[in-house]
Amino acid sequence: MQREMTGAEMVIQALNDQGVEHIFGYPGGAVLPIYDSLFQQNKLKHILVRHEQGATHAAEGYARSTGKVGCVLVTSGPGATNAVTGLTDALMDSIPMVVITGQVPTHLIGNDAFQECDTVGITRPCTKHNYLVRDVNDLSRILHEAFYIAGSGRPGPVVVDIPKDVQFAKGIYQPARGMAHKSYQPKVKGDLPKIKEAIELMRNAKKPVFYTGGGIINSGNEASLLLRELVKLTGFPITSTLMGLGAFPAANPQWLGMLGMHGTWEANWAMHDCDVMICIGARFDDRITGRLDAFSPNSKKIHVDIDPSSINKNVRVDVPIIGDCAHVLEDMVRLWRASSVQPDKKALADWWAQINKWRARKSLAYKNSSSVIKPQYAIERLYELTKDKDTYITTEVGQHQMWAAQFYHFQEPRRWMTSGGLGTMGYGLPAAVGVQMAHPNSLVIDIAGEASVQMTMQEMSTAVQYDLPIKIFILNNEYMGMVRQWQELLHGGRYSHSYSEALPDFVKLAEAYKGVGIRCEKPGDLDGAIKEMINVKRPVLFDCIVDKMENCFPMIPSGRAHNEMILGDAAESLDEAITEEGKVMV
Amino acid sequence: MSTQANSSTSHYPAQAVKEEIVRRTLSVVVDNEPGVLARVIGLFSGRGYNIDSLTVSETEHEKHLSRITIATTGTPMVIQQIKHQLERLVPIHRVIDLTETGRAIERELALVKVRGKGENRVEALRLADAFRARVIDASTESFVFELTGKPDKIDQFIVLMTPLGLVEVSRTGICAIARGPEEM
Repeated sequence: MQREMTGAEMVIQALNDQGVEHIFGYPGGAVLPIYDSLFQQNKLKHILVRHEQGATHAAEGYARSTGKVGCVLVTSGPGATNAVTGLTDALMDSIPMVVITGQVPTHLIGNDAFQECDTVGITRPCTKHNYLVRDVNDLSRILHEAFYIAGSGRPGPVVVDIPKDVQFAKGIYQPARGMAHKSYQPKVKGDLPKIKEAIELMRNAKKPVFYTGGGIINSGNEASLLLRELVKLTGFPITSTLMGLGAFPAANPQWLGMLGMHGTWEANWAMHDCDVMICIGARFDDRITGRLDAFSPNSKKIHVDIDPSSINKNVRVDVPIIGDCAHVLEDMVRLWRASSVQPDKKALADWWAQINKWRARKSLAYKNSSSVIKPQYAIERLYELTKDKDTYITTEVGQHQMWAAQFYHFQEPRRWMTSGGLGTMGYGLPAAVGVQMAHPNSLVIDIAGEASVQMTMQEMSTAVQYDLPIKIFILNNEYMGMVRQWQELLHGGRYSHSYSEALPDFVKLAEAYKGVGIRCEKPGDLDGAIKEMINVKRPVLFDCIVDKMENCFPMIPSGRAHNEMILGDAAESLDEAITEEGKVMV
Repeated sequence: MSTQANSSTSHYPAQAVKEEIVRRTLSVVVDNEPGVLARVIGLFSGRGYNIDSLTVSETEHEKHLSRITIATTGTPMVIQQIKHQLERLVPIHRVIDLTETGRAIERELALVKVRGKGENRVEALRLADAFRARVIDASTESFVFELTGKPDKIDQFIVLMTPLGLVEVSRTGICAIARGPEEM
């Protein structure tokens, strides 16, 4: 049905038609008409954040934990520029998100008007696509298209910039129709001959490994189920990137743990020594590959990705398959079953024997202490005490993030929200707000560092306003821990500006926000304190005072390959492991 | 930990082994909408690709289609990336590698201003004739020549005009099309 309405009303109508229930935003002059329309309805719930960056991360958390498109509404100028970090974060991690920005009236565009910025110009490189709406009669079509583009293919953020006069203007609303774009047509079905070739390689593999990533999660729960089936059928070992954790259950014996810079010994060695690598929904990021010319030198590589530009970008692959993970996995499972080639059982048994030798190194082992809380221990206890609950984990960026990835074991997809590609400190707290909004009765924990969390601390206020009982579990080592670790290992222990000086009293800070503050300094008190945190039905800042100088291991040192990783108990000899040239690294 | 780290040691991977650089002419069919050229150019500058020449104009008015012709250089891996990255942009319909098809015609138009008197002036006219350049403006001490052809022909003409009093040059950049009866 076609109806006449204002641009602002169209925005609300389009969001309703797209099934949006929550929108994160912050009002301002150039979006007042939309806020006025919001005021006059009850269907769409608006969550007022304290900074636009918080809105974008909250929408990311919301999107990742539900599989829906996250939605943001901000004003022109600073509203839009503050959203840029979240947009870039969503682009790097392929998170579906639609950000609606207000713009100065059309006749003022280009005049350096108050709170004007070139939003489409600024956000062009950090969005999947963006629009400036000049005619109210294009608005509904553009909004529907924005949701389609954000959520389909390789997901990503889309900006729709709406000048204020377009919000006031009246036009005809077009409902969403079956989406077919004239030039944007993502390919979801994989090329069958290529998939056959891949199965052939896999059937003849002697030392295979699955290397999976965030693409599986984005593809949907079906992809995750199919992956489990394929891994079970083949009996191959599997590792995953940071973004892909949870797609395959960590409790399964075929799981090797995360790979990459802080991945496990067995995962990285398996990648290095394998003869067939099956990469599904991952993109050979530099934190994964390490030294490129020494990356898995003797393997045939199969790469499944929905984005053709991910293929052969960093690493040349032998069998590229362009398509959606779930579709390709479905074909793979079917073809594997139909194949008559018998796998080399003896070779696979030898391969597993080798992997178990690597596992025996216990690369995540650390020396626990009875006087000071080790950060690894804190995450282990947090895991033990929350694993049987309906728990979602978000993180900030740094050592705590890597420890969370290593020591919190995920069994299901969409339970793990972290900033992978961009590495945005300050992601976790607002992301937790978004996750809790989507799952009001679940336990949502932001595993944080004391430095990261201060970047978006103001969102505590949002959590309090909307009764969101998020738990901010701060591993407080009074350092930007990862920066400090690199300075220790690579810059002669010169801790240039990495000490978190003048820290607030987090307990009092929590109370100032009308939340709950808990501090824990002794390993013996930890379990009780964590239980207390879980039982509080309000936002909590948990100040967990941990060992200040603990380093995150294993680690692939600068300029090294997967098989040159160093372990925690080798830390003392690390100086020799890093060359002078290594110190010029970035 | 006995392995020697190489000289370009960094956790960011070392630059890929140097491959031969190839030149390609790409034809890109896009929706003629505001900002589409900025998307293409931003992609090239943002990802560090080269643009040797770029021309753009609307080619099908009813369908709102423009054609962008880009001459670029890079390793084969980079060229492949450029194509895939271009195809990823929403308003882009098709990317065709005209060099790869091997049947492309490339042309460029140049306007060349030459100032001089006496023998230089006569020589300039004589060369212009040899290059089939047309005189489109003249004064008692100058000519403006219009010249079309392959880029190297235009380069050569400019080289010859330089000692004869070359003042300035304006070039369109390459436009290209595939030979034969087929639509690309």
